[in-house]
Amino acid sequence: MSPRRGNRLREIRPGTVLATIALVVVSAIVLLPIAIIVFTAFKPAVEVNAFPPSLLPDAWTLDNVREVTSELPFARLMGNSFLFAGGVTLFALVFDSLAAYALARIDFTGRKVLLVAIIATLMIPFQATLIPLYQLVADLGWVNTYTGLIAPRAADAFGIFFLRQFFLALPRDIDSAARMDGASEFRLFRSIVIPNAMPALLTLGLFTFVNNWNDLLWPLVFTTDAEMGTITSGLTLLTGPSGIVPHGVMMAGSLIAILPLVIAFLFVQRRFIENIATTGLK
Amino acid sequence: MSADHVPVRRYRPPAPLGGRRRATGSQSGRNAKALLFLTPALIILGLFVVWPMISALRLSFTDASGFGREEWVGLENYVKVFTDSDVFDAVTNTALYTVLFTPTAVIAALGLALLLNSPHMPFRSFFRTALFVPFTISFAVAAFAWSYLIDPQVGLLNYWLRGMGVQMGNVLEDPQLAMPAVAFVAVWKLFGFYFVIFLAGLQDIPSSLYEAARIDGAGPWARLRRITLPLLSNTMAFVLIFATIAALQTFDQIYVMTGGGPYGHTQTVVMEIYESGFRKLDIGFASALSYVLLIATLILSLVQFVFFGRREKDLS
Repeated sequence: MSPRRGNRLREIRPGTVLATIALVVVSAIVLLPIAIIVFTAFKPAVEVNAFPPSLLPDAWTLDNVREVTSELPFARLMGNSFLFAGGVTLFALVFDSLAAYALARIDFTGRKVLLVAIIATLMIPFQATLIPLYQLVADLGWVNTYTGLIAPRAADAFGIFFLRQFFLALPRDIDSAARMDGASEFRLFRSIVIPNAMPALLTLGLFTFVNNWNDLLWPLVFTTDAEMGTITSGLTLLTGPSGIVPHGVMMAGSLIAILPLVIAFLFVQRRFIENIATTGLK
Repeated sequence: MSADHVPVRRYRPPAPLGGRRRATGSQSGRNAKALLFLTPALIILGLFVVWPMISALRLSFTDASGFGREEWVGLENYVKVFTDSDVFDAVTNTALYTVLFTPTAVIAALGLALLLNSPHMPFRSFFRTALFVPFTISFAVAAFAWSYLIDPQVGLLNYWLRGMGVQMGNVLEDPQLAMPAVAFVAVWKLFGFYFVIFLAGLQDIPSSLYEAARIDGAGPWARLRRITLPLLSNTMAFVLIFATIAALQTFDQIYVMTGGGPYGHTQTVVMEIYESGFRKLDIGFASALSYVLLIATLILSLVQFVFFGRREKDLS
């Protein structure tokens, strides 16, 4: 038993030690695949297929990076990924927050029904609507265009639901006062709700960006021209039925694909994880 | 224009999630304003989600194949969904995957959140960050990395485990182990997301409750069972519903790691939809199967929502 009034900082409890050991083990397992990607990317081919395998390379090399960047139009694919994920994020944040504002703060007829309908669309497996959606995008002439990649995702049910939860929790006294003073609904949205919703917008923005950057099937379906693909879909071309690419080259490609997201996340992680605590995502 | 008369207070039962609001302006005025805010999102969702859904429903009653004219075939596709042995196997596999994935991911996330919510833990922010990193990595890349780690010849993890006396063999070719392996990759990729949501939920529980319980002599186990878990039930409902939907719709890592093999042992419902819709071009059948999955997902989510949502209400 620990003394109730003891100095907490000086106490080392056996439970804490055990928990720390458990966390170290779990973190090691969690980080192992990332370590294997990073180290294999710089391993010479002989070492990649050597037995017994090792985590760290003996000799570091850039051969894999060179090979993968010559097999794929890397700069182009990365640019496409940024445009696609960035474009979707930008539009979705604007359209989702507008819709969420109405659902959270305007008492209109049929609000509940609309909310339930929007949540219900979350449960549709994306593959279920893929064929008619492809036909629609093709009819619009948008296959192999940025519009075709971005427009169908310019608003999404999850984002609307997520922001609605957050907007609901914001205090309402200011807006009734502002409404009395004749402030328009859009003004309330722009100068009261949005500035106070920055943590939620940042969190949702990161989620949207990550999900789209990482999406595989979407760019595979809506682009047939390799020049219009994303980095994630481009990588799978290497493993396609046309042949098996060496592990080292695959890992070099994977490293380049995950690097922007991992770095971006490490920069915002502290705020990001804290933000979730203050948002409606729970 | 919104303040043209003094709002009249009248009794309204509080909305379950919303809370009470004061009516301002006329109902039709509010409807018009709401419509302006909703229009862009509703156009996008209507055109690219609802319309394809309706098209898929229509296609599910036809023999559509992407070429030529489709013929109306009535319930034929649905009859096939409920009698086809491949579909039966895919449903069994999806159920197995859901049972492997959902509890593992949710319990791991909850346990780690409980540990890392304690202010006594050293390196708290390092662990929190480390556990979330996999969520930023695509299923495709996760699948490449894990496949390489468990490769029977050159896999590092396989080699280490052999050193510890655990023989894994060729996991992805093993009918018993392939499904646990692809479920494990999903746990790895997604549990960090649930973990962060649990952390947020835990921070909302007032610490005064714990203080009071401590004074009453409640031990850590009693505090967990009587305070933490009941007050977390709303968060639990959210996480469980999202984890179950993720499990029922799983596709990416299976597509990359096993392609549904060995011998169809990792063929899930969505893999079956993809295969019949895009490979065999049996679009009518794929659409019918999609609808059956959609309805199953809806029922399952509702059951979870009612079960866990009610517990929260009882407390307040």
